[in-house]
Amino acid sequence: MDSSIHESLLEVAMSSRDDAVDLEELFESSDEYDPVPRAERLRRWLDLSVLAPARVAINDWRALIGTIILGCYLVVGTVGVVVVERPYSDVAPRNAPPFQNLEYILGTDTVGQPIGALLVHATPAMLKMIFAGAMVSVGLAALVGLLSGFMRDTLVDTVLMSITDVIITIPGLPLVIVLLAIFEPENPYMVGVLLGLDNWPGLARTVRSQVLSIREEAYVEASKIMGLSTLTILRRDLLGQLMPYITINSALSSRRIIFESVGLYFIGVLPFTTFNWGVMMNMAYQNHALTRPDRLHYLLFPMATIFLMSFGLVLFSQGMDSVFNVRLQARHASTTDGEVTSDE
Amino acid sequence: MNWNYFIKRFGQAVLTLAATITLSFVLYHAMPGSPAESLKNVILSQQAASGSGTVDLERLNRMVSMYTNIQPDEPLHVQYYQYIHQIVIEGSLGTSIYENKPVTELIFERVPWSMFISVYALTIGYSLSILIGSVMAYTEKSRFDSVSSSIIIGLNSVPYYIVGLLLIYVLAIQNEFFPYGGRVGSNVAAGFNVTFMQSIIWHAVLPVVSMSMLGLGGALTMRGNAVRVLGEDYLRVATLRGLRRSRIATQYVGRNAILPMYTQFMIGIAGVFSSAVIVEQIFTYPGVGLLMYNAIQTQDYPLLMGSLIIFTTVTVIGIFIADVTYGFVDPRISAGGSDE
Repeated sequence: MDSSIHESLLEVAMSSRDDAVDLEELFESSDEYDPVPRAERLRRWLDLSVLAPARVAINDWRALIGTIILGCYLVVGTVGVVVVERPYSDVAPRNAPPFQNLEYILGTDTVGQPIGALLVHATPAMLKMIFAGAMVSVGLAALVGLLSGFMRDTLVDTVLMSITDVIITIPGLPLVIVLLAIFEPENPYMVGVLLGLDNWPGLARTVRSQVLSIREEAYVEASKIMGLSTLTILRRDLLGQLMPYITINSALSSRRIIFESVGLYFIGVLPFTTFNWGVMMNMAYQNHALTRPDRLHYLLFPMATIFLMSFGLVLFSQGMDSVFNVRLQARHASTTDGEVTSDE
Repeated sequence: MNWNYFIKRFGQAVLTLAATITLSFVLYHAMPGSPAESLKNVILSQQAASGSGTVDLERLNRMVSMYTNIQPDEPLHVQYYQYIHQIVIEGSLGTSIYENKPVTELIFERVPWSMFISVYALTIGYSLSILIGSVMAYTEKSRFDSVSSSIIIGLNSVPYYIVGLLLIYVLAIQNEFFPYGGRVGSNVAAGFNVTFMQSIIWHAVLPVVSMSMLGLGGALTMRGNAVRVLGEDYLRVATLRGLRRSRIATQYVGRNAILPMYTQFMIGIAGVFSSAVIVEQIFTYPGVGLLMYNAIQTQDYPLLMGSLIIFTTVTVIGIFIADVTYGFVDPRISAGGSDE
């Protein structure tokens, strides 16, 4: 081992603890270090990062219900499209009320398309949009936040944070609308990417401030002294800490992308090229669904679909928050009463 | 007040505006074909509709420059300089192709209406969320806490425009409590009188309520913050000192729990102004948002870009005011911490 590193490690160890551990012995024993086999490492990793949160998540009803709801949408978007026939005009009687016929259980619209089938066939495009949007916003946020947090007070940090602040300030929807009006994207992935573009700065700031506080932690300092590269430290010490934020914010930005895309389809800014819940709401609205009670279901079912999906996402993010964020679980009322906090 | 902080914030605001103007310039050039090409098509179709004959190239270029402030026959950097010069020095955002009026005139007519509903929506949404959040934290794990948590999670999952539609259905169509569109009654004389004011407020209620849904999500953050502050040692000290409950609630819990939400509020300002586009369309409330919506329908690019620039300007001013006042509320910020 390099002698200078050895010395600095000794110093750190001496200054941080004063119990009587024989330091020389500590270092000698590391010569006989036996690497953990790959399978064992994989099992530990799986246990720590997948199974443990999953076990906690099952105990948290919000995470559980949220996951189930989202799972249903995933099934509908993949299997449902194959099972349910693609809707065309006049495959069923027009303006049929819901819950009358098993063929079109949710009723039909003004041109005789079954509403249930319309809802199902709008799901895949929606999932694609959400996927692309969430990937772009969370990916950009993690990248910018990590970089700028790790290069604090350098030019990179200043530039990245200025860009972030600029984008936070520009109102997202008008910007997206201008972009959509000019590029007129039809591919759902493309729509998702454009919607995701104004969505990342908030999370980027959170990630940066997390990085800054984690950077001060003793174990990151120790990794630095040991001469690990920045990339390794990022991967080993930071990403694990940041996963909660990234998971929760993926869910929240997915919700935002649903809101914005459906809203834009609803007011008719996005081109009506695919089935979409927003397009359905627009058609219903144009056909006076609000004033004619016999057509109300045409508007209500897409609304309920949007609500349920966002509800799943919000529950999921709330559940994950309490799974990861121990502070929210602790009941502080008992600490102020002078008792030792019991684990609830 | 720390001048350094003030200058930094001001610089940030100017930078944002410059970036937006640059972006609109870039977007003109990113349009399919050159701006000249795409605008030519729009202008030609307008001309054909009004039946005023053919247009030669030079005149077309002059028209493009009149409408957009961009001179298509100049080199790029000259175009850019002139574009900025037009906006910053002469205060011109070009001319609307569809309405054939200066964009600034069209927009400024409508800015007060958008500001009116947005500012009320912001204030109501955030005050409510702070209030509900702190009551929830004080009554943690009670029935009120769990019920209102569920309601807020539910409301968080409903887009504000769906809230708007439901409000229209229940309060304007089923029961005619409120009008479902416009900003003032059609047979009310404009002027400084009570009926006019009443009519304005009456028309603004539903848009404001549906927009303020955006701020309500803050209640859960507020609850989390307040719960954390309630567990701090200094709060116990404050109780032991025998301070009044109201003083503890406002100065100790309230202040420390609200401050971390500041960034969320800032982003929220942009969010509420954004929502104007959809909300104003649903309620046919003639603000900048509806103007922008019409600009898309008529492919009126100068008006579209102008609305984007004005939306950003209003937001930048709002955030700048919030920033500067925040320096007074929390001295740590103006002393120059950049951790958040």
